[in-house]
Amino acid sequence: MLKLSAIQVGDRLPERSHRPDTVQLFMYNAAIWNPHRIHYDLPYTTEVEGHPGIVIDGPLQGDWLTQLVLEWLGDAGELVRFRYSNRRASYVGETLRATGQVTAVDHAAGTVALELGILNEGNECVTPGEALARFPADRS
Amino acid sequence: MGLLTAEHKAAIGRTLPPVRAEVTRRDIRKYAASTGQRLERYLAGDEAPPLFLFGLFFPILPREQLLEDGRNPDTGLLPPLPLKRVMAGGTEAEYHRRILPGDVLLLHQTLIDLYEKTGSQGPLIFAVVENRVETEAGEPVMTERVTRIVR
Repeated sequence: MLKLSAIQVGDRLPERSHRPDTVQLFMYNAAIWNPHRIHYDLPYTTEVEGHPGIVIDGPLQGDWLTQLVLEWLGDAGELVRFRYSNRRASYVGETLRATGQVTAVDHAAGTVALELGILNEGNECVTPGEALARFPADRS
Repeated sequence: MGLLTAEHKAAIGRTLPPVRAEVTRRDIRKYAASTGQRLERYLAGDEAPPLFLFGLFFPILPREQLLEDGRNPDTGLLPPLPLKRVMAGGTEAEYHRRILPGDVLLLHQTLIDLYEKTGSQGPLIFAVVENRVETEAGEPVMTERVTRIVR
């Protein structure tokens, strides 16, 4: 199990790539009940809204960032704070990569700060994020 | 500058009636499958991933009430603004407690700030909404600040 005492600034979280297709986006938007056409109606999205393709939901990318942290933490700690912003749009067909690294470790408080990002194939950070994880004293 | 009038500013502090939602195992499982979760507690619906709360309180409206682009109509929390194009903003959340099947949660939304700045390409309006989620008993679950940038 991950131990707070072994975590160091600069540690990188295991990365994960996502290449959502239209079925995945249908499932996601059905699950959250989001009827916005830019996530499933290609003619509307390109012809009316001027996007080059079906838009990958911003909050789905936010979720991928939390998954990176939660899988890394396992049962050792919990996510207590999370921020993200969608800086630019990504489209179906793109491969996006969730990345993260440790930016601060506070042994006294039992917390670890993380810098996160969803990168596109051009290595641009389309969705930056930050998280704070807390390690309960009895588990670190 | 000076896009926001006293009338706009008067909307700061405005709240919407609380929205109530039940958390079900089946909805958690749908969310987990659709987002590609790999942790068993989420896939089995024993607990909801934190961003499950993003969609939990979305209105469920008949087709004829949705806008042309499929979106839900405006909730009225923000006053009509003199700029219209919404740009990416940011979300900052604090999680106080795990989200479990069977939970009955309440969302309280408040417009907590409205201000303007001049960006490199002209004026920008920032609207900050606080989403506070708690149990029916008043136990805090999540507090979030969502900033929308309008240009």
